[in-house]
Amino acid sequence: MIPACRLADLPRGEAYRLDIDPPVSVFHTDDGEVFAIDDTCTHQDASLADGWLEGCEVECPLHASKFDLRTGVVDAPPAKLPVRTHEVVVEDGMVYVRLSTDAPNLPPCIAARLAGGPA
Amino acid sequence: MRTVAVVGASLAGLSAARSLRSQGYDGRLVVIGDEPHRPYDRPPLSKEFLAGAVAEADLALETDGEDLQAEWLLGARAAGLDRMDRAIRLTDGRQVRADGVVIATGAAARTLPGTDGLAGVHVLRTLDDARGLRDALALGGRLVVIGGGFVGAEVASTAYALGLDVTVVEAAPTPLAGPLGEAMGGIVSALHADHGVRLLCGVGVKGLGGERRVDAVLLEDGRSIPADIVVVGVGARPNVEWLEGSGVALDNGVTCGADGRTSLAGVVAVGDCASWYDPRAGVHRRVEHWTGALERPAAAVAALLSWGAVEPGVPRPPYFWSDQYGVKIQFAGHAAGADTVTVVEGVTDDRSFLAVYRRAGHPVAVLGMNQPRLFTRWRKQLSVATP
Repeated sequence: MIPACRLADLPRGEAYRLDIDPPVSVFHTDDGEVFAIDDTCTHQDASLADGWLEGCEVECPLHASKFDLRTGVVDAPPAKLPVRTHEVVVEDGMVYVRLSTDAPNLPPCIAARLAGGPA
Repeated sequence: MRTVAVVGASLAGLSAARSLRSQGYDGRLVVIGDEPHRPYDRPPLSKEFLAGAVAEADLALETDGEDLQAEWLLGARAAGLDRMDRAIRLTDGRQVRADGVVIATGAAARTLPGTDGLAGVHVLRTLDDARGLRDALALGGRLVVIGGGFVGAEVASTAYALGLDVTVVEAAPTPLAGPLGEAMGGIVSALHADHGVRLLCGVGVKGLGGERRVDAVLLEDGRSIPADIVVVGVGARPNVEWLEGSGVALDNGVTCGADGRTSLAGVVAVGDCASWYDPRAGVHRRVEHWTGALERPAAAVAALLSWGAVEPGVPRPPYFWSDQYGVKIQFAGHAAGADTVTVVEGVTDDRSFLAVYRRAGHPVAVLGMNQPRLFTRWRKQLSVATP
């Protein structure tokens, strides 16, 4: 498990980005739930931590596709693929992320960079 | 309703078809599209697709395995709407009778009069347009873009990255002054000069030079700009000619209420062809943004299925984005009503800033360049704050 941040340092309605590769973001919803998903929108290189959090959904800051934090499912274009979700554990006020072993759905430009090609 | 016909198979039409199914309509659904293609995404046509960075398959709007249980009539153009039995006549003679109609026929690129048949002259609206322009740009040369709006600016940016020699000609003194206001229009269009792309403002185009193939753009001040490729990016007109005489009220597009209902019962309109009533401003507005085509069909379909019994919600402020020269430009709200514009974060010279438009002290619009996080916060605040 990867320690992310103290829950007290993550107000409701905010997100914390873990700068790992690929990055993962932890969201604290207005209802007090905590979720972790891949930070990069599956459509283009945009940080979902910069997005618009409403209920259990985050809207990409660029093109308005919304991802369900519980399932990763996307609601509408332009993104078509879900984001990967990760398990969150809160222990003694600390937020930990257990990374998914599934393959991430990264946008074409990022996938190419990780594969060693041109960005 | 036993049959609903959606006329138009781009983002607005697809969103309407999806909304019909998600709102419980389980009758016959016919989607009519004049292009031969399945629904595809247009914003990349002036950017990643034009640059060759994404393929046609990446443009598909439908997800793998998506099945709306619809009959798709593609490559079929609507020629008329008979009000008595809500029948859509197609140019090939076929008819589709429907109990409910969603008009989503979009808009067509404006052209320059007298330039038909001149090789090397392009517009950019459809996938076929983009294929043709992409192939032309790949050969290189001198590109002149007529019109400094968003499509023109994005084409200029893409062509610059491909190594072409690019000139942009804009008739107005400042490009983008309509959507962004004079001050910010000037700052955003300064991106051209940042990259050595020539921007000629305040001068109209008199005509094009060349016999069979264009070789110059002739300006009203007498100058002649040599050109191998010309892109005409001078806006779009709504595709509503087919509705003339149908009884559907038209005025710069289909005149609609705040829920997309037209003057004919059982007929709604969405997307670029639709001029919805804006209750906040007290006027009709034809908003040609991608996000409007995505979001508004849900309200129009609710109105259609309930025969107008559903009270329309308050729409979010219009939002659009543009990518030029690697800079992300985002805008929400209406600039026209603002009396001040203030940069609240960053510096305009850095091309990384956020500007807030206010009217009598209240935020009415926000512009970001390379500030997606802050922009999103302001956009959220704008949608809550707007009365």
